[in-house]
Amino acid sequence: MVLRGKDKRLIILFAVALVAVALVGVLAAGCGSSTTTTTSPATSSTAGTATTVAPDTTTSAGSDTTTSAALSADLNGAGATFPQPLYVEWIGAFQKVQPGVKINYQGVGSGAGIQQFTAQTIDFGASDAYMKPAEITAAEAARAGAKVLLIPTVFGSITLAYNLPGVDKLNLDSDTLAAIFLGKITKWNDAKIAALNAGVTLPSTAIQTVHRSDSSGTTNAFTSYLTAVNADWKAGPGAGKIVKWLGGVGGQGNDGVAAVVKQTAGAVGYVELAYAVQNKMAVANMKNKSGAFVAPSLESTSAAADMAQIPADLNLSVSDSANPAAYPIVTATYILAYDKMPDAAKAAALKAFLTWALNDGTSVAQQLGYAPLPSAVRDAAIAKVNAIGS
Amino acid sequence: MRSVPSLSPSRTSSTGSWKRKGVGRRADSLFAILAGVCGTLVLIALAYMVFSTTRTALPVFRSEGISFVTGSNWDPNTDHYQILPLIFGTIVTSIIALIVAVPMSVGVALFLTEYAPKRLRTPVEYAVDLLAAVPSVVYGLWGLLVVLPFFLRPISNFVSKYLGFIPIFSGPSTGLSYFAAGIILSIMITPIITSLCREVFKSVPSADRHAAFALGATRWEMIKEAVLPRSRGGVVGATMLGLGRALGETIVVALLIGSSPVINASIFKPGSSIAGAIANGWGEATGLQTSALVGAGVVLFAITIAINMIARGIVWRFNRS
Amino acid sequence: MAIQQVVNTEPVSLEPSRPASHSDSWGGTRASSGARLIGARPARRRVWRNRASAFLIISAIVLTLIPVALILFQIALKGASTMGWTFLTQSLPFSVTKAGGGFVNGLIGTAIMVGLATIVSIPLGILGAVYLVEYGKKNWLATLIRFFSDVMTGVPSIFVGVFVYTALVVRFGYGAVIGAAALALIMMPIIIRSSEEMLKLVPLELKDASYALGAAKWQTITKVILPSAAPGITTGAMLAVARAAGETAPLIMTALGSIQLVTKLTGSPISSLTLLILNGARAPYEAAQARAWAGALELLVIVLVFTIVARVFASRSRLSR
Repeated sequence: MVLRGKDKRLIILFAVALVAVALVGVLAAGCGSSTTTTTSPATSSTAGTATTVAPDTTTSAGSDTTTSAALSADLNGAGATFPQPLYVEWIGAFQKVQPGVKINYQGVGSGAGIQQFTAQTIDFGASDAYMKPAEITAAEAARAGAKVLLIPTVFGSITLAYNLPGVDKLNLDSDTLAAIFLGKITKWNDAKIAALNAGVTLPSTAIQTVHRSDSSGTTNAFTSYLTAVNADWKAGPGAGKIVKWLGGVGGQGNDGVAAVVKQTAGAVGYVELAYAVQNKMAVANMKNKSGAFVAPSLESTSAAADMAQIPADLNLSVSDSANPAAYPIVTATYILAYDKMPDAAKAAALKAFLTWALNDGTSVAQQLGYAPLPSAVRDAAIAKVNAIGS
Repeated sequence: MRSVPSLSPSRTSSTGSWKRKGVGRRADSLFAILAGVCGTLVLIALAYMVFSTTRTALPVFRSEGISFVTGSNWDPNTDHYQILPLIFGTIVTSIIALIVAVPMSVGVALFLTEYAPKRLRTPVEYAVDLLAAVPSVVYGLWGLLVVLPFFLRPISNFVSKYLGFIPIFSGPSTGLSYFAAGIILSIMITPIITSLCREVFKSVPSADRHAAFALGATRWEMIKEAVLPRSRGGVVGATMLGLGRALGETIVVALLIGSSPVINASIFKPGSSIAGAIANGWGEATGLQTSALVGAGVVLFAITIAINMIARGIVWRFNRS
Repeated sequence: MAIQQVVNTEPVSLEPSRPASHSDSWGGTRASSGARLIGARPARRRVWRNRASAFLIISAIVLTLIPVALILFQIALKGASTMGWTFLTQSLPFSVTKAGGGFVNGLIGTAIMVGLATIVSIPLGILGAVYLVEYGKKNWLATLIRFFSDVMTGVPSIFVGVFVYTALVVRFGYGAVIGAAALALIMMPIIIRSSEEMLKLVPLELKDASYALGAAKWQTITKVILPSAAPGITTGAMLAVARAAGETAPLIMTALGSIQLVTKLTGSPISSLTLLILNGARAPYEAAQARAWAGALELLVIVLVFTIVARVFASRSRLSR
């Protein structure tokens, strides 16, 4: 067979292209294998410098961190958007104490946080939702020999923001709330809502429910509450970071829900307390287990956090608290870490950071509107933090 | 005065080493190979992506069969994944975007090449470039916070009030809707179509324009007879690129479409889109659900192929006649 | 040389001639109703068509410029107060609630990732288009390249992010190079497609003239065809760069984002202006939102300046129209 010039050219160019692709692949593999082991230019990663960590600070509230040796590590964490403002402040404050520890936190959502934690692409995760047993199994399978530590950090409230011009105070209880979001109550002046709001003239506007379209720990907290208190909801959408909503519109993120509620008369949606406060939105008073109508606030959140019994795995269920001053829709948020991390320096840094945060970060948390852990819970959490090693 | 490329005929000159006989031919082969290699590398990168994602999506195709694209039941609890509402939403928002953007873009491009006085040309061009320079996340948030409450809600309320008997316009509007997403998309794709159409219209030789005028045509007739017929291929190509952007836009549609899992007949009601579903569900998905989300993207490949084939067919038809 | 001049000059401002109007049996005024137009003599109809089309085109321009003005006004208004030297040079403050700091970590990330993506995709894309138009034409390789480029123009950016995540991030972790890879995959189809269209517009006469003067094929391409198509190719390339600079979703999956100042190319999450804008705009606090708008203004200005500079350079090319 005679090869013409044109064919020869095609063959040569194919060969060159294949060689180029092969080269690129080899280079990438070469780069990859060298970067997966190094953590950062600053990390010396020697066992000597990494293991000298601050002495145990589990019992003292105002511990001193100045006695610890200088740590050095780059940590990456991702997860819930709810505690993001708080974690960022904590990181900044801790970086003043330990300038060699550079922590990055990105709010990508509770679900994505768990997913990335399991995929080993980040050093620690964060989630408003306690990991499901299947998720814990998967995470532990992904890192042989290690156990997952779920460490609560703060509590926060999920508020029901509404848009009803002229109605300053709105009382709701769990059954009406479930009925509204199930589409069973469609107008604001429905008898069931009026029964809870004596003396308030409710307009006949149609109710427009707004939920989250993205995977979210906020949704999980909201739907977990409804599942626990309302049989219809349990049989219907149930609990989860994403559920099958019956009707309503989906906004992206807390800001999306807040924007839609603000723009639509008659809308009601669930958002974190910070969004409702910062956007100056009216929020509903929820009826708690004791029968009182409580407004969401730092105080009512902290009241809910005051638990009688603390479960050993720290799967804190603080919704629908019996405390008369408690707001009923409250969630804890967790940091996810392995007890055996791949890098000693990173483990030491993470341990130091979390210890510092749980002890010294409480005032910052309160300033930002997050309820810190009560002392018994904090002690249990710090015990878990101490289990972080390498 | 523009000069012709200053070349010496490579085969006859005897001065300078690079002009020796034979070098020209070798350089030609080398350049041809270089161009071919670049094309092939692009092909390898793109083809690898298409094949790799299709392979990831196979489990859900096997599990659902054709009902993957014809059914509407998306239920992770029972491991059923059917994406017809997503396909519908993606296509509807893109069609709305095209219906609004293509006439406007072609109009602007014609203005820039045929009507605008020279001084006005550059500022208007830069103004259109500005639309292209805005990041998509800003479009989404601007659309949600500014355009939606002040422009789109009043318009949709007005239209649904008076034309609501037509199912496609029936209200009441929920704000977040196919319409909202489509309008912001149309603003986003306008600079793409405009810039490319402008280049296409500019390439029509002035001689053709002069000829039309000389025969007594009005400006519009000149455009219709001399400019537009030659530009069909280019305009369709520009539209396809704009459509590609509309089909593939993630953040704007996720913010504005309202994510309702059902197919709504009215453009003023919420819907869902493929890109939005992938963005919202990716963090949560495992196993078959991941395969389903990737499968939704692969279906979008198929839709894009179909539309592009139709477009190329239309151009070929026109060029034949 | 003379031929070049004639073909490339701007159209002489000939007045489009009015249709010859003979003695008019209507003798009426210009203002005529639709009914009269239907039976009107061809001359009057043509005048009105001309006017109507001009009106439509002018209104297209006006309608298009409205969102330009609105969005520019919005971004400038909200971003100007926070913009300043501090903002441009300082990194993200470790506080979502307090004002101050800047987006320089995002600027560095965007520069690295968009820069790397551009360096890879522009030469590959343009030379690939050269192959399609000049060498491959209808052969099987060119058809495949066209096919996959078409398919990929409509791919959602999140989908590219998902693919690159699955292919690279799970093995190598987050990194700037991986983010650049995702951006390059988005840019390449746009560049190759638009460059192909622009190269097809180069008049045959130019090419023939070049060959007639004895130029080799590669010389014709590099010295005649590419410079002639330079403005159009630059338009396509700038559209692709603007797209890449404004992308968010694929970067979330490949670069993750960072609150620290990162300059590493691999092995560490890195931020970008778009990621910082997204995070800031979605936060509940005014200070973060103000930074986000300033970031949007910064990104807009940067991309706009690049586009304008590129266009100016391209139009200076010797053979450009």
